[in-house]
Amino acid sequence: MIEVKNLTKKYGDKLAVNDISFKVEKGEILGFLGPNGAGKSTTMNMLTGYISSTSGHILINGKDILEQPKEAKANIGYLPEIPPLYLDMTVDAYLNFMFDLKKCKLPRRAHLDDVCGLCKITDVRKRVIKNLSKGYKQRVGLAQALINNPPVLILDEPTVGLDPNQIIEIRSLIKKLGKKHTVILSSHILPEIQAVCDRIIIINKGTVAADGTADEIAKNITNEHKMTMRIEGGTHTASDKEKIVSALRSISGVKYVRADMEREKGIYDYDIETDGKTDVRREINKVCRDNGWNIMMLQLSDLTLEDIFLKITMGENFDMNSEKKESKPRPRINLVSESDSGANDDGDKNESEKKADKKTDKSDSAGGDK
Amino acid sequence: MGAIYRREMGSFFTSGLGYVFLTVFYAFSGYFFYTEVIESGISDTSPMFARMFIMFIFLIPVLTMRLLSEEKKNRTDQGLLTAPINLWEIVMGKYMAAFTLFVIAECIVFVYALVLRYLGSVVWASLIGNFTAMLFLGAAFIAIGIFVSSLTENQMAAAVVSFVVMLIFYLFDETLLIRVSNDTVREVLTALSFRTRYYEFTKGVFSLSSILFFLSTAFLFNFFTVRVLEKRRWS
Repeated sequence: MIEVKNLTKKYGDKLAVNDISFKVEKGEILGFLGPNGAGKSTTMNMLTGYISSTSGHILINGKDILEQPKEAKANIGYLPEIPPLYLDMTVDAYLNFMFDLKKCKLPRRAHLDDVCGLCKITDVRKRVIKNLSKGYKQRVGLAQALINNPPVLILDEPTVGLDPNQIIEIRSLIKKLGKKHTVILSSHILPEIQAVCDRIIIINKGTVAADGTADEIAKNITNEHKMTMRIEGGTHTASDKEKIVSALRSISGVKYVRADMEREKGIYDYDIETDGKTDVRREINKVCRDNGWNIMMLQLSDLTLEDIFLKITMGENFDMNSEKKESKPRPRINLVSESDSGANDDGDKNESEKKADKKTDKSDSAGGDK
Repeated sequence: MGAIYRREMGSFFTSGLGYVFLTVFYAFSGYFFYTEVIESGISDTSPMFARMFIMFIFLIPVLTMRLLSEEKKNRTDQGLLTAPINLWEIVMGKYMAAFTLFVIAECIVFVYALVLRYLGSVVWASLIGNFTAMLFLGAAFIAIGIFVSSLTENQMAAAVVSFVVMLIFYLFDETLLIRVSNDTVREVLTALSFRTRYYEFTKGVFSLSSILFFLSTAFLFNFFTVRVLEKRRWS
């Protein structure tokens, strides 16, 4: 339905949108998520043909927005960040104007009644737009986008200025619309995106930082196949560690094991990474049982969308597909500095792992040391 | 185009701007009618039309100042530019709305003709000739005004700049041009002089080339306006 290829927009030297590509299928609700100034609105303005792209292509229903603007635009209903309302008109006059402007062929009365009913603005139709509250203005803006039943709806922060009840209404309306229309919606409000969208694209600094469902993004970014375990060995000394590490390493599906610091007296934590395909928890349990060890804790490093969003947008040099992520420090709950246990866990690691550890220690002690 | 035209016409009258324009136009032209025609006792309306030129310089900017500047300021241009219409339709819709109001204003001269008829005889050839000249002069000035309006977000700036541009065209007259020593430059400037061209009509000469000149000015500036809107998309 919508295809975006290598979209780039430059304002002078400033790169506002840098090489974005994505596809949206029919009936999908796509959420654009990103901090202010990430390039969400610029992308949407390009999608709707309000501004042109510096390079790249946008196909709406197979029509290029720059080559066949009329045909492409006829497929789009757009609610910009600031709804394009003529303040001196009444709601009715304005909607009639948009109806004519879009050259809508549907029966006028019935269609406008429908749209007003959907957006719940029937009771203000005779009022001048200037005198409406922000929430109503926003809904008139949405009504305007719905005129002519466009197959694609592009909504730039549609719930701004609405009260909580209205937000819920608009969200359910968007969900409803998503059954018939393809919807792209932008927001910097996470729960909103999570509640409404099938798919999420996180935009940061003009590039796509992540693309997928909320779960997929969470999995990719946080490496759900990483976990932290606390295992009590037999002797309560450092020699337990080596035994446990080598035992864990022998389990098939385990890629990497690292002994962490001493959390409780004589009990250590272990970071375990699997290949992501096998669930090794049962096997680990079995090994521990056989050796007489006790599992004191098992924690999957699972981040919420909020954590991911912050992680991506707070200036970390994030790259989803790079190998570097394996050496990234995971967010932790512990408040004890890690550097004091650094001497214990040398073991039989290779050089790069050691380097990675050092990095971890450094950034942790710099960040959260008490 | 129809939708934009109807909206602009409605907006002229809901905002009151249309009434202000018509009132001032009627008041001043009435005054000119009284002093130049009735009081002088000559039934030829040409002197009245000659005096009305200066009035356009003040009034047409009022008509055109907000047409595009306000769209930009209120971001309503996003609605227009993302609608399935082309830029010419937007510009022409607005242009025709302003032009319609101008024609409504101008038709007051037929009321004056009726008054003249009651008092004496009407020189219809001169009246129709002058009316046509004024029509096309207005067509050119409105295009200039809309063009200036497309360049800014501030309607006052648009009004002042269009006023200055039209004033410059007004000042280009024979007494000024005679001081230009270079022949070629003088000839070019004379050809561009709105005032000389308009005054030809008031002297009783119906000049087709002047009509063409006003028409092509109107077309050119509407074309520039379209380019400005287009350029904004590409910047």
